[in-house]
Amino acid sequence: MSAALRVVRPGLFDTVQDFGRIGFMALGMPTAGAMDRIALSLANALVGNPHDTAGIEIGVMGPDLLVEADSVRVALVGPLSPSLIDGPDAPPKPIESDRSHLLKRGQILRVGMIEGSSTAYLAIAGGLAIPAFMGSLSTYSRAGIGGFDGRKLAAGDLLPLAKEAAAEGNERRLGAPFDYGKGPVRVIWGPQDDYFSAKGRKTFIESEYKVSKEADRMGIRFDGPTIEHEKGADIISDGIGPGAIQVPAAGLPIVLLGDRQTVGGYSKIATVASVDLPRFGRLLPGQTVRFEAISVAQAETLRREQEQRLKNAIAGFQVARPPGGIDLAKLYEENLIDGVVFD
Amino acid sequence: MSVRYLSCGDTAFTVEFGNEISPEINGQVMALHAAIGRAKSAGKLAGVVETVPTMRSLMVTYDPLATTRAALQPEIEALVAMGLKSTGTSRQVTIPCCYDDPEFAPDLEEVAKRTKKTPEQVIQAHLNSPFKVYVLGFMPGLAYVAGLDQGLYLPRRSQPRVRLPRSTVAIAMDMTTIYPFESPGGWHLIGRTPLWMFDKRKPQPVFLAPGDSVTFQRIDRKTHDRLAAESERGTLDWSKMVKA
Repeated sequence: MSAALRVVRPGLFDTVQDFGRIGFMALGMPTAGAMDRIALSLANALVGNPHDTAGIEIGVMGPDLLVEADSVRVALVGPLSPSLIDGPDAPPKPIESDRSHLLKRGQILRVGMIEGSSTAYLAIAGGLAIPAFMGSLSTYSRAGIGGFDGRKLAAGDLLPLAKEAAAEGNERRLGAPFDYGKGPVRVIWGPQDDYFSAKGRKTFIESEYKVSKEADRMGIRFDGPTIEHEKGADIISDGIGPGAIQVPAAGLPIVLLGDRQTVGGYSKIATVASVDLPRFGRLLPGQTVRFEAISVAQAETLRREQEQRLKNAIAGFQVARPPGGIDLAKLYEENLIDGVVFD
Repeated sequence: MSVRYLSCGDTAFTVEFGNEISPEINGQVMALHAAIGRAKSAGKLAGVVETVPTMRSLMVTYDPLATTRAALQPEIEALVAMGLKSTGTSRQVTIPCCYDDPEFAPDLEEVAKRTKKTPEQVIQAHLNSPFKVYVLGFMPGLAYVAGLDQGLYLPRRSQPRVRLPRSTVAIAMDMTTIYPFESPGGWHLIGRTPLWMFDKRKPQPVFLAPGDSVTFQRIDRKTHDRLAAESERGTLDWSKMVKA
């Protein structure tokens, strides 16, 4: 019998994602990949996977997954309302996110609602037994490729697991929620900032922009003051990097994300610094951002610092108490193990 | 125009060779694309992730944890300074195309009328155009193939179609294209190929590559249907259409 997670009830937009399909943009292939690489990295680290192992990106509302394996270790990372482990012979038990959990055959993981963010991630120890397509498991649903059958998860899907049972070991939890930063989004001018008037650039950098309803894995369209072009909105198509901010003739910015097209013909005023890209995987319609321009070198430094903070966060994982059980680590720490307490 | 280096954040920059569409400029783009590919294969240019050629520029993506723009750009500038000669080794690709069915070519009559030609002259002009793949994008496997006979230049349709079938051959401006999927599209539909431009069952799923020289070969509806059935089954051998 092969190990699997069965989708009892799908969420709104659950897709298998890793760090993306790298190396095929020249053939018109979008990279896709996790919108929030930090959360996926943390989820993977909690279950002992390499950071870029494919997990499930949960959009807005999570799925219910039935364990059809001897056991499986999973971790949920993201601001979720309490999820539940349900059945088969016990009442539903609320569980926390930002930590790992061990589930047994027949139990159902009922992933909660995401609160104040658009994505959360589910990592599975050992990963999914799905063949890579062009080197990646990332789902690119527009072309129906990658991930599970090239699409978001649906009721009845059987997600094959690489491992029949989870290894023995402690559950781990994140010491503190990762700090994504709350200030203005850092951007680097270009590649076509010279297509905009001085007034247009000033508008862009001094205004508040609101996430519109048109926000998905391809990109986020913002509402706000219109940005004035000087040389027109159209260019001879060139490459689109992650976080490119294109401004069509209507003057409103669109930040292009994981499922973005590889090339495009609108002028791009600036590009989101990679350190702040994961924040765009979390934005919800109605939320607002401001942009702040920095240099390429500053952006590179910020990114390296963030990577170090991510490493520190992983090094700072704590042993998690099993729900309702005894926190052995805490007992050791407090020297209560021999049962004698000296006042 | 001198080469410009344009920032695309801290994970990419674009090497822009000019602001026009010309075979010379695209030749430089493709030569740098190839030169970076060779350097990477030789273990150089650490941190470079991939390159994205377009008609007049090459985007170079990099890992900011493995290198920096300040370290990388001079290396790319050195490659440019060495002189980029077109390798001249582009693949010759033949695409069978059925023009002779109104179902496949609903815009053929209108194109003929607007370009003051007969439908047969439109087909001949398409068959005789010296096409070259300038860039892939918009969707996986969709190639912008330039070199259309000047007599066929038309702007895009004012009203794009919401749905057109996979493998439709279309023209607009100075280009032709083949739709890899059923999709919306605003170009003029003049034929259909039995080939799939994107087939995820194949180890190399994208049929065309930047730099390919392309010619169309006229086939009848019967031949189309026979080859299309092979495409459907996944048994059509692409290598027969490609000369390296």
